[in-house]
Amino acid sequence: MDRDVAQALLRTMWRIRLFEERVAQLKRSLQVHGLIHLSIGGEGVAAAVCGQLRDDDAVYSGHRAHGHAIAKGVPINGVMAELMGRVDGVCHGLGGSMHLVDIEHGFMGATGVVGGNLPLALGTALTQQLSGTDQVTAVFFGDGAVQAGHFNESINLAALWKLPVIFVCENNGFAEFTSRAEHSTVERVSDVVAPYGFERETVDGSDVPAVHEAFAGYLAKARGGGGPYLLECLTFRRRGHYEGDPEKYRDPEAEQEWLRRDPIARLTERAVEADWIGSGGAVMIEREAREEIEEAVRFARESPFPDPAIAPALVYAE
Amino acid sequence: MIETTFVEAIARTLASAMREDERVIVLGEDVAEGGPYLATAGLADEFGRGRVRNTPISEGAVCGVAVGAAQSGFKPVVEIMFIDFITLAVDQLVNQAAKARFMSGGQLSVPLVLRTQGGSGQRNGAQHSQSLEAWLTHVPGLKVVMPSSAADAAGLLASAIADPNPVVFVECKALYFRRETVPDPPPAVPIGRANTLRRGKDVTIVALSRLVGDALQAADRLASDDGIEAEVIDPRTLVPLDLDTLAQSVKRTGRAVIAHEAVNAGGFGAELAAQLQAAAFDYLEAPIQRVGAPFTPVPVSPPLEDAYRPGATEIESAARVALEWGEYDAEPWEHGAIAAP
Repeated sequence: MDRDVAQALLRTMWRIRLFEERVAQLKRSLQVHGLIHLSIGGEGVAAAVCGQLRDDDAVYSGHRAHGHAIAKGVPINGVMAELMGRVDGVCHGLGGSMHLVDIEHGFMGATGVVGGNLPLALGTALTQQLSGTDQVTAVFFGDGAVQAGHFNESINLAALWKLPVIFVCENNGFAEFTSRAEHSTVERVSDVVAPYGFERETVDGSDVPAVHEAFAGYLAKARGGGGPYLLECLTFRRRGHYEGDPEKYRDPEAEQEWLRRDPIARLTERAVEADWIGSGGAVMIEREAREEIEEAVRFARESPFPDPAIAPALVYAE
Repeated sequence: MIETTFVEAIARTLASAMREDERVIVLGEDVAEGGPYLATAGLADEFGRGRVRNTPISEGAVCGVAVGAAQSGFKPVVEIMFIDFITLAVDQLVNQAAKARFMSGGQLSVPLVLRTQGGSGQRNGAQHSQSLEAWLTHVPGLKVVMPSSAADAAGLLASAIADPNPVVFVECKALYFRRETVPDPPPAVPIGRANTLRRGKDVTIVALSRLVGDALQAADRLASDDGIEAEVIDPRTLVPLDLDTLAQSVKRTGRAVIAHEAVNAGGFGAELAAQLQAAAFDYLEAPIQRVGAPFTPVPVSPPLEDAYRPGATEIESAARVALEWGEYDAEPWEHGAIAAP
């Protein structure tokens, strides 16, 4: 971790945080559409993982995908327009919040069916392995996906074929409305994969330098032909499962916990202490991100809705 | 011309595609060993176990791996050993493969072939004998191919591998080892073009997969017994459907029988009947007849399975109902021509 990395991480995290907060507002005023799952609290994982990947590395995400897409370099204007169903969205308004794709930036896709992205990531990693490149694939999923059949099948296959894939689990302790304890007797996802024999680690997902360092180690090994690896990041899901979730299951103490587990606050404090950034610089990063998000909202609002003829034309490739 | 079988035609076409394009890979349970029906025999020897990959019994993930590889530029041919097991792969097929291009706004394409085989007749019981193709025809984004001969299997598989879309290639285990003389090399058969196997003016029989041979037998009997000239058409691909060829025929004959091995209820015959009546309503002299299996799982006991399987006899009876429609004073089932509703 150094000054440049810390500043880049803070910049990405603020872009995600403010994007998500703005999306929450836009959802309430019905300007973004459909089920919206926000990643506030998980920005550090997205930033630390995607920030170290190249455009030609692949990332797969799930239903809570905005942060991963933004961190991987998907243009924020295109993401905002996609959420608003506009033709200038990254998928021309046909994907939406849960199905963002931007192949130019290696964001190979987000899937709305929990766990469904895991085998897709293996498929991409298999092509990377067969082609003899040093490209890698990272796949994000939550602790809820771990109980899905796809997870267990995919972990086995990735280990068996030694694929250059890094599984990044954001364990926020909830699968939708229900705590992990009600879904599994195994508390740590890194323990679930223990018998397969590949390297794995659990880190505090709000400690961004720790995530960065752990992922850097796996990434270097995967580039050199190693894999798979699993990095479990313990995160705090600041919002409900989806926007509008009444969150009746939420512990009232959670508010206090958030103060300790806000990844932006933690990294800012650390960066100021280490003199990686001045307090003015930190404010500047936030302000620039806020301007960028407002510009994205303007961009999206000005973009027209797609012509209905686009839908039948995109079902099959010629 | 060479003599071959359906499975040999599959294996030869896969080998030829793998020789031409190194992005073609084959994966599935036991594929490197040739599989239980030898459809992938010899491939691992020629191309190695990197491109011909045995997989664990993990149909969901294996199908997903194929989708991921396809949208990353490879051309995987994944085998689901029995169509009955496709239940485990349907999430990846329906939610990912079929929608990737659409949901990505055209960025992704999924040049995937999923080979599987279905059908009864081998006393395998209700979980290894089904005909589930209709489920897949309901999903925009998938193509569904169902060849009835070795020549078509070879020609359509070559086209399926070259196709930029996910193609479900439904083979029939009962056809696998019939010997057939085919051109060498077999010509490519375009996806979406029906094949008229016999010309006739009196009734159109539209048959799928194994029932194509039965339809030709039924047509022979109708001709030799009563001089009835039946036209027999194999659509070969269900999605996209060559409705034009079918409708032109029905407009000429005025009568249609649709035959497949799947249960009638919700079967692809229902879709064919709906499309044909809309396209040729004014030309129809009789209700479109459907031949399919009864609404039960496939029984395993030999006499029960034999009774369950529709074939030439059922097609012939259905053709006679269509031909004699309007000649009855009473309902046709009162004459024993068809079962009472």
